[in-house]
Amino acid sequence: MLQQNSSNTSPYNDDVVRYFALATVFWGVAGFLVGLLIALQMAFPALNFEPFLTFGRMRPLHTSAVIFAFGGNALFATSYYIVQRTCHARLFSDGLAKFTFWGYQSVILMAGLGYLFGVTQGKEYAEPEWYVDLWLTVVWVAYLVVFLGTVIKRKEPHIYVANWFFLAFIITVAVLHLGNGLSVPVSLLGTKSYTVMSGVQSAMIQWWYGHNAVGFFLTAGFLGMMYYFIPKRAERPVYSYRLSILHFWSLIFIYIWAGPHHLHYTALPDWAQTLGMTFSIMLWMPSWGGMINGMMTLSGAWHKLRQDPVLRFMIIALAFYGMSTFEGPLMSIKSVNSLSHYTDWTIGHVHSGALGWVGFITFGALYYMIPRLWGRKEVYSLKLVELHLWVATLGIVLYIVAMWIAGIMQGLMWRSYNEMGFLEYSFVETVMAMHPYYIIRALGGALYLGGALVMVYNFWRTIRGDVAAETRTQAVGAVA
Amino acid sequence: MSDQNKPEIDKISGVETTGHEWDGLKELNNPAPRWWLWIFYVTCIWSFGYWVVYPAWPTLSGHTKGTLGWTQFKKLENEQAEITVRQATYADAFKNASFEQIMKDEKLYTFAVAGGKAAFKNNCATCHGSGAQGGKGYPNLNDDDWLWGGKVSDIYQTLQYGIRSGHDEARVSQMPSFGKDGVLKQDEIKGVAEYVIALSEGKATADMAGAKVFAENCAACHGEQGQGGREVGAPKLADAIWLYGGDEKTVYETVYNARAGVMPYWKGKLSDDTLRMLTVYVHSLGGGEAEEQQAAAPAPAPEAVPAATEGEQQQNATEQQPAAAQPAPTGGEQQ
Repeated sequence: MLQQNSSNTSPYNDDVVRYFALATVFWGVAGFLVGLLIALQMAFPALNFEPFLTFGRMRPLHTSAVIFAFGGNALFATSYYIVQRTCHARLFSDGLAKFTFWGYQSVILMAGLGYLFGVTQGKEYAEPEWYVDLWLTVVWVAYLVVFLGTVIKRKEPHIYVANWFFLAFIITVAVLHLGNGLSVPVSLLGTKSYTVMSGVQSAMIQWWYGHNAVGFFLTAGFLGMMYYFIPKRAERPVYSYRLSILHFWSLIFIYIWAGPHHLHYTALPDWAQTLGMTFSIMLWMPSWGGMINGMMTLSGAWHKLRQDPVLRFMIIALAFYGMSTFEGPLMSIKSVNSLSHYTDWTIGHVHSGALGWVGFITFGALYYMIPRLWGRKEVYSLKLVELHLWVATLGIVLYIVAMWIAGIMQGLMWRSYNEMGFLEYSFVETVMAMHPYYIIRALGGALYLGGALVMVYNFWRTIRGDVAAETRTQAVGAVA
Repeated sequence: MSDQNKPEIDKISGVETTGHEWDGLKELNNPAPRWWLWIFYVTCIWSFGYWVVYPAWPTLSGHTKGTLGWTQFKKLENEQAEITVRQATYADAFKNASFEQIMKDEKLYTFAVAGGKAAFKNNCATCHGSGAQGGKGYPNLNDDDWLWGGKVSDIYQTLQYGIRSGHDEARVSQMPSFGKDGVLKQDEIKGVAEYVIALSEGKATADMAGAKVFAENCAACHGEQGQGGREVGAPKLADAIWLYGGDEKTVYETVYNARAGVMPYWKGKLSDDTLRMLTVYVHSLGGGEAEEQQAAAPAPAPEAVPAATEGEQQQNATEQQPAAAQPAPTGGEQQ
């Protein structure tokens, strides 16, 4: 087995991977913390502190921090880690790889500081202004060069499935970013710009981008992660090569059409809504292909789940992935959407994907990678991994159940007419009805953050080279 | 590592691998699960069918319309028609009925209260609270402490034109800023504030320092006994209900700076039917006064136009007075 355990002897560039891994942990905690703050602000509006700590500025800070800072750094770290090992080649250029690290961190800082000072394009998940967009383009091209360069100089005859997904993610995100970022700055020295599109065209481009940020950033990229770390950890072959081909191409082809389901019953023409909805329905099985392939990879190794909390993280991630990719097509159906749209059901849906799938597969990957990157046999304490797992799972369950109830209740209240034909509830009454669920949601978020802090402690001890007493005795069962 | 193309048999599953290997990772050559493929086909077939019956694909001259002729605008129309049908049972009768008839007809009354309640929550609750309980500067509508009158006609007038709303028909009056404009000295204001608080507690006596100041400056609008003056929207002071607050500091501020709450006019923004429903709803909340009884009650009457002069009165906010009370208050600078 070619397992490069020690950083010193590794033929690979693990230095940049270590940087990205630490950045992932750092931005994760920061993003979860801001998420907790805005959850509390929803429940207790008095926690808005003007002007910097208001919901309007904190919300994009949270979404960008978790998606692009936490998720993005995780993708950089794992893609660099995986591409080198599965291509049996060192990264294409160490210097350029280092540039992608510092370049990407500066994108995050420029975007985040912008939000704090109220600088925003006002486009969801694409809030950074033109100058950050341009800089990100440069960094992203460097990323593509490093990744693709490594694939090209590979010593393996074939390209591993994880790398297909990473490559699709990198290329498509570039296309989305360029398409949605088209804007004209008001002046070269000012931060303000206006987007080229307007009206419903702008909305359509925005959700073509927004939905495929989910599809290619948070799905395709993280499936790449899944395809390496699950078979690695389970020490089993990938279940089906043919399934991976089929679901890869169907996912890539169909996902890109699904964006209009974010604009049901709006000024968007009926035909575009229909296409968005039907392609979302057809997307169900292509999405599930990844889950099936990951789960079935465990056949013959299910017993490992009992002993290994790291593997459990990744399998629970797949379960949440399967759940939210079923829920997504369901919510894209117009009649369901007319109830769910604009409610907190959407927020619950997003978080079952984000906390459950993206978060958990990343935690699993980090628990696998970090000990190896620092030349340790295993993480400091598997018991603490276990603790993290359960605290975070409970947090997610509280979060999404609260949002399901709150969202569906909210939707039903909005549409309820009494027998005389008058609206039964006012908006503020729906807000009052949701208050208890907002508190439960914040509690769920606090648990999730708490779990992440346990992870930070665990990594700190791991990197220091400590081994918990209990790991010393159990290590055999879990790792070997 | 690199190699090969020598498929081998995986010992655990007995399935052949593809013969590829990367970093120790291999792939089994299992077929894609049948059920997975079938569900995928079914979703595709369903989608193709959907495209036939619904608007789906853009063409050079527009888009395919679908065999059902469905559009979201027709759907909206149909759904709104359902609401219209529900309302129609009463809507026509309501439109043609006078307030008097509505108040007597149980069904029309229920209809008006239901409609008023819905409209209230979406338009009025922002200031008056969803339970109409009011807030600082915004009158509670559940009690019988009316600033400008609690008859149906009073409420209707207020709803249509507002208070100091800038509308020509709005009720207007202005309490003088006794302190800011130098009418009273600080200790006089302090004295009168104490007196007003005593009035509300029923403890006011003629020998209090503020009694004389009150009689000379306030009584014209608020009444000798602080019973209020609806012709100018002057709040009753001889009760425990406060619009802005009854602690010494707040009352001092009120006398010093005066108050002049504003309620927007709604005529032209809401339909007349909605305004009449709101009128009945607000009247129903607990403090509604009967038409006849009101005439005999406290305030003089509509002709009271000039009375408002001078302005005096203290707190006030919204709510206002009788039908005819045109805006005449001279001193008033409204808002």
